[in-house]
Amino acid sequence: MSNTLRPYLNAVRATLTAALTLENFSSQMVERHNKPEIEVGNSPEVLLKPLIVSRNESEKVLIEPSVNSIRLSIKIKQADEIEKILCHKFTRFMMMRAEGFVILRRKPLPGYDISFLITNFHSESMLKHKLVDFIIQFMEDVDKEISEMKLSLNARARIVAESYLSTVSCPI
Amino acid sequence: MSAPEVFQLSLGPLTGIAFSPDRSQVCVCPNSNEAQIYTRNGDSWDLTDTLAEHDKLITAIAWGPNTNRIVTCSQDRNAYVWTQTEQGWKPALVILKINRAATSVKWSPAENKFAVGSGSRVIAICHFDEENNWWTAKQIKKPLRSTVLSLDWHPNNYLLAAGTADGKVYVYSGYIKGLESKPEATIWGDRLPTGQLLAEFRSPNGGWIHDVAFSPSGDALAFVAHDSSVNIIYASGPNEPPAAHIVVKLPALPFTSLTWTSESSIVAAGHDCQPILFSGSSSGWSLSNSLDDPSSSGSKPLTPSATGVRSGGVGRLGNNEAFNMFKAADSKGQRSVSQPGAGGSSSTASTGLTQVGQDGLLLTVHQNTITHVEAYEWNQNGDVSKIFTAGRDGRLVIWPVTSGGSKGGLAGRMAGLQV
Repeated sequence: MSNTLRPYLNAVRATLTAALTLENFSSQMVERHNKPEIEVGNSPEVLLKPLIVSRNESEKVLIEPSVNSIRLSIKIKQADEIEKILCHKFTRFMMMRAEGFVILRRKPLPGYDISFLITNFHSESMLKHKLVDFIIQFMEDVDKEISEMKLSLNARARIVAESYLSTVSCPI
Repeated sequence: MSAPEVFQLSLGPLTGIAFSPDRSQVCVCPNSNEAQIYTRNGDSWDLTDTLAEHDKLITAIAWGPNTNRIVTCSQDRNAYVWTQTEQGWKPALVILKINRAATSVKWSPAENKFAVGSGSRVIAICHFDEENNWWTAKQIKKPLRSTVLSLDWHPNNYLLAAGTADGKVYVYSGYIKGLESKPEATIWGDRLPTGQLLAEFRSPNGGWIHDVAFSPSGDALAFVAHDSSVNIIYASGPNEPPAAHIVVKLPALPFTSLTWTSESSIVAAGHDCQPILFSGSSSGWSLSNSLDDPSSSGSKPLTPSATGVRSGGVGRLGNNEAFNMFKAADSKGQRSVSQPGAGGSSSTASTGLTQVGQDGLLLTVHQNTITHVEAYEWNQNGDVSKIFTAGRDGRLVIWPVTSGGSKGGLAGRMAGLQV
């Protein structure tokens, strides 16, 4: 089952590389504005078909390309209550500091845990393949991070319980 | 075969670029509201002039080779014609009458007029108004429904091709009554009042049109669309369907720019960061070769994917060898932890670039999307012998075009290859 991670990430990588073909596009609706078309969404001809790459029902990526921006939303695996809480805290921590992460969106799309918004200005100032690498590495690491936090949470809970219960346990 | 000349003119993208008639100067916009004129000084370019009049990003620059006038257009909805005087370059405002960004500009071959494409769904054909001493525009509105992304003039100075963001290519008459003599009938159409629509084409799978270009004779029209296709259309006669609409589909990323180097060859470049030569005729077109000669093997994929080097691990257990191995085997099904991330290729092993040793650079000369491809030098047959490209990485590269026509292509390159 775990062998499905590699093709999943490869599919996301290929889709992202193809979607990151952005250009500077000034708004054709509002004078002298230059907005990410995927967020504005009132010029249907400059939006492309959104695409979902899904590993299973709890892990998927939604990629929405447009002429000058793409939006990538990730649903992170959450197997139980603890992972759900950890994932929520983790993504919230990052999104509250979104300006430091440059391409992070402040809010995820409904149904997803975290969203990135990459505009043509990002792909101009950064190397495109590095951007793709970053997203893929983020997807690899976030699962790892959460399962690690869960492990250390359990370990901590065990230590706390042991030290707490040792005081009340009756010596034989 | 000489190597391409590479110049780093800016750290950010070059949004517009045009060479002076004698190729000693170049006017570029470094992704700002100012255009800069550089003068060639041996192997480097020195900044000599700055054209500052726009207040938003300059989207296109054109330099008339005969009249030595520069026209710039910008997202601030304006265009200026710059004329060289003793006191430097003097701007003249163009009355464009558009209310959205201007996206592209091209001088007509005779340079008595130029066309400006815009986001307000019009094409403005501008000419000099002697009475008022300014440039005025005649507008083409129908049937544009989206931003005009690219323009090109027919060599006869009357016809104009436009590519739009809704995937349509139009051929218009750009004749202006009172300015020039009545045009003769062409293969594209015989009645040519101003703004007359002569032909309309679509990109095969939709996708906005990044660039259009008439062939040197004007009988064929090529365009590149966002569906990674190169399209060549051969006209047959007025009011008749085209003789051939050839589509070259590629498994590559889309092209953003193209130029004809002869009647039978095209150079296109775009998000794959390398100029690619196509050759063919009305019976068919095919990819010939890439002008970017990688020093490594010839079987390089179009987009080399860089390998991301992963750090050891995170958290408290990150340094534990056994834990890492177990974790890698569990989450990714791999045996060794020292493997880099997905998509591992040999791209970091050796690069033919000057930045050897830095990790993760592309093997191509351009490190980001190429946005402009234009002819730089012609040989005595009138074919293009050198082209220049400029891209988002701020580089200007002058490439020799490996001989087009029958001698060109892969065979011609193989002959020059040293084993």
